[in-house]
Amino acid sequence: MDDFLVIDHVSKSFGTQRAVDDVSLTVAKGEAFSLLGPSGCGKTTLLRMIAGFERPDGGRILVSGQDITALPPELRPVNTVFQNYALFPHLSVWENIAFGLRMSRRPREEIRSGVDRMLELVRLSEHSRKRPAQLSGGQRQRVAIARALVNRPQVLLLDEPLAALDLKLRQHMLMELNTIHEQVGTTFIYVTHDQGEAMSLSDRIAVMNAGKVEQVDTPEHLYETPRSSFVATFIGDANFFTGVAVELQHEGYVRVMIDGLGSPLVLSNGAVTSNQTLRLMVRPEKISLTLKRPPSGERVNAFPGIVEDIAYFGSHTRYRIRAGEHSILAQLQRSRFSGGEIDPVRGAEVWMSFHPDEGRVVRLEAAA
Amino acid sequence: MKRSWLPALITWGVILFLFAPLVVLVVNSFNASRFGGEWEGFTWSWYEKLWAAEEVWESLWITLRIAVSASLAAMVLGTLAAYALHRFRSWLQNVHHMLITLPLVMPDILMGMSLLALFVLTGVETGLLTIWIAHVTFCLSFVTMVVLGRLQDFDFTLLDAARDLGATQAAAVKKVLLPLLLPGVLAGGLLAFTLSIDDYVITFFVSGPGTTTLPLRVASMMKTSRSLPMINALSTLLIASTFLFAALSSRLQRRA
Repeated sequence: MDDFLVIDHVSKSFGTQRAVDDVSLTVAKGEAFSLLGPSGCGKTTLLRMIAGFERPDGGRILVSGQDITALPPELRPVNTVFQNYALFPHLSVWENIAFGLRMSRRPREEIRSGVDRMLELVRLSEHSRKRPAQLSGGQRQRVAIARALVNRPQVLLLDEPLAALDLKLRQHMLMELNTIHEQVGTTFIYVTHDQGEAMSLSDRIAVMNAGKVEQVDTPEHLYETPRSSFVATFIGDANFFTGVAVELQHEGYVRVMIDGLGSPLVLSNGAVTSNQTLRLMVRPEKISLTLKRPPSGERVNAFPGIVEDIAYFGSHTRYRIRAGEHSILAQLQRSRFSGGEIDPVRGAEVWMSFHPDEGRVVRLEAAA
Repeated sequence: MKRSWLPALITWGVILFLFAPLVVLVVNSFNASRFGGEWEGFTWSWYEKLWAAEEVWESLWITLRIAVSASLAAMVLGTLAAYALHRFRSWLQNVHHMLITLPLVMPDILMGMSLLALFVLTGVETGLLTIWIAHVTFCLSFVTMVVLGRLQDFDFTLLDAARDLGATQAAAVKKVLLPLLLPGVLAGGLLAFTLSIDDYVITFFVSGPGTTTLPLRVASMMKTSRSLPMINALSTLLIASTFLFAALSSRLQRRA
């Protein structure tokens, strides 16, 4: 994988606030990459530094080997789709898209063919004479994308591209963005606070928190093997337990003693020593619920509990289950609660069970 | 339910109060009677006399030259001032803001006197130049306020977008900021123009020999009853052109 966009130890402070704190990332050519995090995590500042609107306090930014850290925005091979699109209200759709080509003084014929090609790509040819105010939200966004892509940038930055759209349109634009990325093959960098958006748009995601990158991985790896509890809670829901390693087994399995619950067997990614305090995570949908105790075995972790709360979501149902001092979230597909048993009601005694591979050690605490 | 006649009565009362004097003036400009006490038949003669009164047209020419040049200067300076006030925040900008708003609230007579005192002190001879300086001073405030209003609605990410698309700072201002501010600048300019045309008090202090502007001329004509009907005719023409400008100005301000 070639390092096409390189962010090399970049930092930026506003007053005493360290907005971006020594961040290093590499993005491959043609990749769809997301910067994901809660508001104030530094993702937008990082984007603005790549675009050239902010100068880093330290570090370098390179695009295909060229150091662009000191270049003003107009000289960077980078274009941006702004959060509120920032379309020029006094210009027609056609002139909005032509703006970049006019600024770089391309020949008239090239401008015409370039703009027309872009209008076709985003399917807005029949709206070319309209003003931005006459377009719907989704159309405005497509103009913003066309206006940026017509300059053939090496990197396209998209700042919360779907935030201003309603739910139905958002799902439609998700597909559309993926199609456009496939067609133009440009490196896309998304900034978003929405994990669902990031997961469905990107090849890889950098999860940011408090100015630092917590983890860079594929959506699947982030979900299945989060390396910190921040990542685990930010991407999907998670149950956390703190316990002590009591028995180390082969192939990375470890038995963890959890106060008030039991001692499940889970999978660990890092090296674990005996008697070490661990933090482990189980996703709600990985937990099975049964009314009777599941058949015991080495590969089954099962604990009894009482149903505290039930929330029905149509495609799935969520149960909050109390087991001693623990309150555990379980999520079932309708068909999963099988075996002819009736659904558990509030106050019912149930058994929760999960496979050792579904319990993950997310953080190793200092050995006691 | 029976509609109350009170709102209609008040409305017509206010309209009468505001426009009755103007109507009297316009009607009298066509009245053959010299004093306008009663209707003595229709005549164009006052307009003919006005046409022949060269000193009136000379004054109008002076007034127009000052109004055009002062409002143009105020448009440029006022736009720059509004940009600075909007973009930068410091104690110095607070002083700046106060200086800009001061002419809006200061009595004209105070402003005229202080300007005259300044010109006397610095030895500048009163004349076209001093009138122009005085008019730019108060026009500037009005243009700045109108442009400032438009800047508050301006989305500055548009400038980022222009830079992002390859425009230099100067090109971004020229291609994006100025076209979007233009309606506000023009509306402010028109306001300044109308204010400059009819200013009497300030101009009275800072004018010199040979620079009698139209309002000054009208005031001096008032002293002789002979020319009173001529003033009616002149005022009628001024009313017509003022309405034209006001309509144009409000149209510009309404445009987004």
